[in-house]
Amino acid sequence: MSSGTMKRREVVGTVLAPRRRNLLTVGGLGSSSWDIAATADNPQDFCLVGGMGLTVSVGLGLAGARPQNRVLVITGDGDMLMGMGSLATVAQIQPRNLAIVILDNEMFGETGGQPTHTAGVTDLAAIAKGAGIPTAVTIRDAVSLQDALPLIHDADGPAFVVAKVSAEMPPTVYPPLDGPFAKDRFRMALLDADV
Amino acid sequence: MTENPANWPSDIFAVLREREISQICHVPDAGHDRLIRLCTAQNDMSVITLTTEEEGVGILAGAWLGGRRGALLMQSSGVGNTINALALPAACRIPFFTIVTMRGEWGEGNPWQLPMGQGAPGALEAMGVTLFRVERAEDVSDTVNAAAAQAFNNQCSTAVLLSQRLIGAKGFK
Repeated sequence: MSSGTMKRREVVGTVLAPRRRNLLTVGGLGSSSWDIAATADNPQDFCLVGGMGLTVSVGLGLAGARPQNRVLVITGDGDMLMGMGSLATVAQIQPRNLAIVILDNEMFGETGGQPTHTAGVTDLAAIAKGAGIPTAVTIRDAVSLQDALPLIHDADGPAFVVAKVSAEMPPTVYPPLDGPFAKDRFRMALLDADV
Repeated sequence: MTENPANWPSDIFAVLREREISQICHVPDAGHDRLIRLCTAQNDMSVITLTTEEEGVGILAGAWLGGRRGALLMQSSGVGNTINALALPAACRIPFFTIVTMRGEWGEGNPWQLPMGQGAPGALEAMGVTLFRVERAEDVSDTVNAAAAQAFNNQCSTAVLLSQRLIGAKGFK
């Protein structure tokens, strides 16, 4: 069981509702990628379906290459826990155009719901702050989520938002599983359109 | 290629410039120290220090998705940290280019370096990375150039292994 009560797919829908043309999304392995795919089939979303622990790093590299774009990483607590050092690296760079949203259901949802460390005493927002990301918040309800949208889309980054979500696992909606297709589609949308 | 064989780090730097490789990620190694300094001094290159080498695989994939070429600089012990991460460039056919300073071979004095140093080539090959090994300073420029060209022109993963004989073994006694 998660201490969170928000519904993950509604959180992703709310986060992506105000998306501008310059928004690029990087989704993390598993449920977060399904949530993004369920919200929209947008070529400016790149969803990882492997490489656990790398999502924030992919977002950081993309943000550096595309300062004219806003980069939004959406991933889960398990993926974030595996790549915790990447928060210290983000903090060294302080990319102004990077926001990170963690869908924290306090469990490894894809493998049977085994509790992660955030089901215990581990506080990812506190870790992000300690790593050197000053804008790091935990939200637990719809009002706080609305308040966090400017951090995610507009404010100078990096921003780190932990959304505590329930253990509910919505139906799986796959993003493109063929990696070469997914990256070619993303690059064509990005580099040919000069967004 | 420079006239002085000891200038091979400058040869690598020249190839990086020629190939428009501007995102450098590294966990430092003494063998990469001069190259890291050269890159850091260049305004249009971004040099990111990692906490662990696998971060570099992710950062370089993200950079390339955004149209920027990069390279990961690490020592052979770091190769072991990258293994599962290498699935990302392999599964997506995203170019991955790394330059590895080798330990655990020519004249190594630290027995803890032997297992990963000797295992690094096999581990990389198991993940589909094509290896380009350099033993002599005069071959550095051409080899780094060929490996970079192969990675970016074919959207595949390549690694240059700079042998410990080239770099010089640390003086354990």
